[in-house]
Amino acid sequence: MKFAVIVFPGSNCDHDAYHAVKHVLGADAEFVWHKESSLQGADVVILPGGFSYGDYLRTGAIAQFSPVMAAVKSFAAGGGPLLGICNGFQVLCETRLLPGALLRNRDLKFHCEHVCVRVEQTDTPFTMHARPGQVLSLPIAHGEGNYFADAATLAELEASGRVVFRYCDRDGQATDGSNPNGSLHGIAGICNERRNVVGLMPHPERACESPLGSADGLVLLDSVVAWLTQHGALETA
Amino acid sequence: MSIIDHAVLERHGLKPEEYERIVQSLGREPSLTELGIFSVMWSEHCSYKSSRVHLRTLPTEGRRVLQGPGENAGAVDIGDGLAAVFKIESHNHPSFIEPYQGAATGVGGIIRDIFTMGARPVALMNSLRFGPLDGPHGARTRRILEGVVAGIAGYGNSIGIPTVGGEVMFEEPYTGNPLVNVFCLGTARADALVKGRADGVGNPVYYVGAKTGRDGIHGATMASAEFDDRSAEKRPAVQVGDPFMEKLLLEACLELMKGDALIGVQDMGAAGLTCATSEMGARSGSGIEIDVMHVPQRETGMTPYEIMLSESQERMLLVVKKGREREVEGIFEKWDLHAAHVGYVTDDGLLRVKDHGSVVAEIPNRALVDEAPVYTRPTREPAYLAEVRPFDRAALPAVDPRDALLHLLASPTIASKRWIYRQYDYMVRTNTLVLAGMGAGVVRVKGTQRALAMSVDGNGRYCYLDPRRGAMLAVAEAARNVACAGGEPIGATNCLNFGNPERPEIMWQFAEAVAGIGEACRALHVPITGGNVSLYNETDGRAIFPTPVIGVVGLIEDASCVPTRAFKGEGDAIILLGETFDELGGTEYLKTIHGRIAGVPPALDLRRERALIALLVRAARAGLLRSAHDCSDGGLAVTVAECAFDTGGVGAEIDVPALAADPASALFSESASRAVVSVDESQAATLLQMAAEAGVPAAAIGRTGGTRLHMAVGGAAAVDLPVREAEQVWGTALERRPGKNEIRA
Repeated sequence: MKFAVIVFPGSNCDHDAYHAVKHVLGADAEFVWHKESSLQGADVVILPGGFSYGDYLRTGAIAQFSPVMAAVKSFAAGGGPLLGICNGFQVLCETRLLPGALLRNRDLKFHCEHVCVRVEQTDTPFTMHARPGQVLSLPIAHGEGNYFADAATLAELEASGRVVFRYCDRDGQATDGSNPNGSLHGIAGICNERRNVVGLMPHPERACESPLGSADGLVLLDSVVAWLTQHGALETA
Repeated sequence: MSIIDHAVLERHGLKPEEYERIVQSLGREPSLTELGIFSVMWSEHCSYKSSRVHLRTLPTEGRRVLQGPGENAGAVDIGDGLAAVFKIESHNHPSFIEPYQGAATGVGGIIRDIFTMGARPVALMNSLRFGPLDGPHGARTRRILEGVVAGIAGYGNSIGIPTVGGEVMFEEPYTGNPLVNVFCLGTARADALVKGRADGVGNPVYYVGAKTGRDGIHGATMASAEFDDRSAEKRPAVQVGDPFMEKLLLEACLELMKGDALIGVQDMGAAGLTCATSEMGARSGSGIEIDVMHVPQRETGMTPYEIMLSESQERMLLVVKKGREREVEGIFEKWDLHAAHVGYVTDDGLLRVKDHGSVVAEIPNRALVDEAPVYTRPTREPAYLAEVRPFDRAALPAVDPRDALLHLLASPTIASKRWIYRQYDYMVRTNTLVLAGMGAGVVRVKGTQRALAMSVDGNGRYCYLDPRRGAMLAVAEAARNVACAGGEPIGATNCLNFGNPERPEIMWQFAEAVAGIGEACRALHVPITGGNVSLYNETDGRAIFPTPVIGVVGLIEDASCVPTRAFKGEGDAIILLGETFDELGGTEYLKTIHGRIAGVPPALDLRRERALIALLVRAARAGLLRSAHDCSDGGLAVTVAECAFDTGGVGAEIDVPALAADPASALFSESASRAVVSVDESQAATLLQMAAEAGVPAAAIGRTGGTRLHMAVGGAAAVDLPVREAEQVWGTALERRPGKNEIRA
């Protein structure tokens, strides 16, 4: 079982994702440079956080043209589990693998802090080990995490159960006060129609060891391991 | 003088006698380009001409020191074959003129200093000073504060280095001259530190990074002059930062440093290409010849003068082994960077600058670096001291200690800095063991059991009243802060912010402060491995408070034993380590409650401080401490209150002996060498015993629990209020300050 962590120029949470997968989870992990055209046989792909291409033009806007993104798109089209974290989520939206866009936080300031998110869906490769409604404590660190989509898209996301994570308070209530950036419907993360591509603004890879403040993020990695075990079994059956 | 007259010299910040020295070392009159090169290298900022005689007295050696002052940054041995590389630097003048870019490029500069040493930067901190947020200049100060914080965040967050802590103080003398000091720490293999050297005749010299523009020309000279109302005109001397470019440079340089093709590297910071070429040559006793036609340029028609003096950001100068050019160029190409071959190392000791083949400057590197003027400037004890030091404690009007505590908690210097640090990514790289606002900065060292603690501290008000003692207290506080996190202090860096050294009173403050730093560092066995001096911090003839800022790095042997500020639960014993004296001189209490900056700062007994630090480290390592918090600004009452914050409302009940007729001294005195710790009730006797053996006065002063802060002095209730009420005041004060709503970006 192998994880690929894509490295764009300006990625800066690539080492964090690699560390979480390799040293905490204990799985195989490889960095894949953005100029590569192959994912080197990866079973899971992570688009890490950071400031790809300095986030010049728009966050995530230039990374979509990196050579590796063709391979990432076909990996997703083939149903492979693909996780975009923070800047990785922004890249997924720019690439149209996920709908909507991330705008500047409503107070126009960067926010770094632990927030609570509620797991809304447990039928994605990255949440199947979570309980429905489980509240996770995860860090955010972004200036542009304010999720926006038009009304029709939002309605479609909600109707099809594609809002995967929603900001909430400690008790799991999605209130305006618990929404750190002004995201519509308190959306912290979504998935595609096929449910194999998940993007979220919070950083699960920073929350995999309790000395760092939370280990709640591990459930995303545990989930995808379980998912692969199941699906690997299906394919070989 | 030919084309060089007095007006030209004045524009270059050179004195007539300095010009005479230039003519002497060259044996002829300099060209204008050569004059420009001399002017930046001999500026206060690059030459340390006023400070050098004093800096030489600082202790710079120790058993762990791998690199002392003189290189891009200092380094200490942290075991496991690793080194901690760190330094602090100021970017005061640019941050006043253009707060966002000034602060951002300050961060960029200190990060380059760290990775040029071959270290991966893993933590940033900052020490900031602003004027009051209220009063006539409140709105402008708020704008500067917002810009500086956004600039630090914008650069540090993008490049992916966590800003793990810092300190901010607000005092009137910084209104026209804020301070922005930035600290960076990196880790490297101890046997693979890279130096800023130009060895090996014939080895190629490469220029990498951003193109050279006309920005920042004479930035070093600007940093060596006072401000006046025309300072806004100097805005073109402030550079513009590009953290993305620096991220690429950082990764490419670290990749190159893994191999052995590199001889030496230096970043082009203050005085740009001039400083990098001449310093690298001078360190190796070699010469460097470059042709500016090969220097990548952003603008057309730039003269050799402009190219040599530009301070465009994100540029590095490298000397690599001859024959390895392709390999080096290949690494930079991978990162979409262009490495330009601009010259060679020579054996003549000269900085030779050509333009399309013709020589435009030829100066001995030695003359620029080692033979820069050194001044022993006159000193004189300032007259103001006689006015401010006498202070009649008994004449202070009585105040309600509860109101006083709430006022102190709302003072911007003491209030929670969450509004600020929430804008900094303090968790990236997943090493941050102590979240921002919870104590000293602590990052673990992956692959080892160890962690590094760091703290930056300084108190300009103390130094104004007594620069020697104030500086000693700054060293002590920084060392105590890392000890509270369980770190043994192993090295320090200093950033010395003062006024105009040509005034004997300022020079006296400087000399006294450096003497104090030296004395404290020697007593605490913390060598100074480098730092930075920022003089001429004056606007319209008014100097800032003398402000030495000390950054101390501590080694934590066991990363699983790191106490933080906050109480951990109910029923723990609260123990005060150290002793409180009737010392209200120079305190935040005296200033905030009584509106006075007077008296002398608290006394410091360095043997006691050393004993306390050793005790804190030992107790933390033994896993005894549930929480530990340095007792300083605002005194014991503020310290205990802060321990109760961010706990979900765990209260405390304490009772301490009276020291005077009123309870103010017991609660608000800022006596040195104290810390408030909490331990499991069953461990209290053990800790008190350890303290007794270490010669540290210690007393169980109360217990955690309940939802109120209840403080008694000599058995009589002095403060009683709900934690939530106090925390609300403390937590929101910075956001609620006047001026807030007047600001719109």
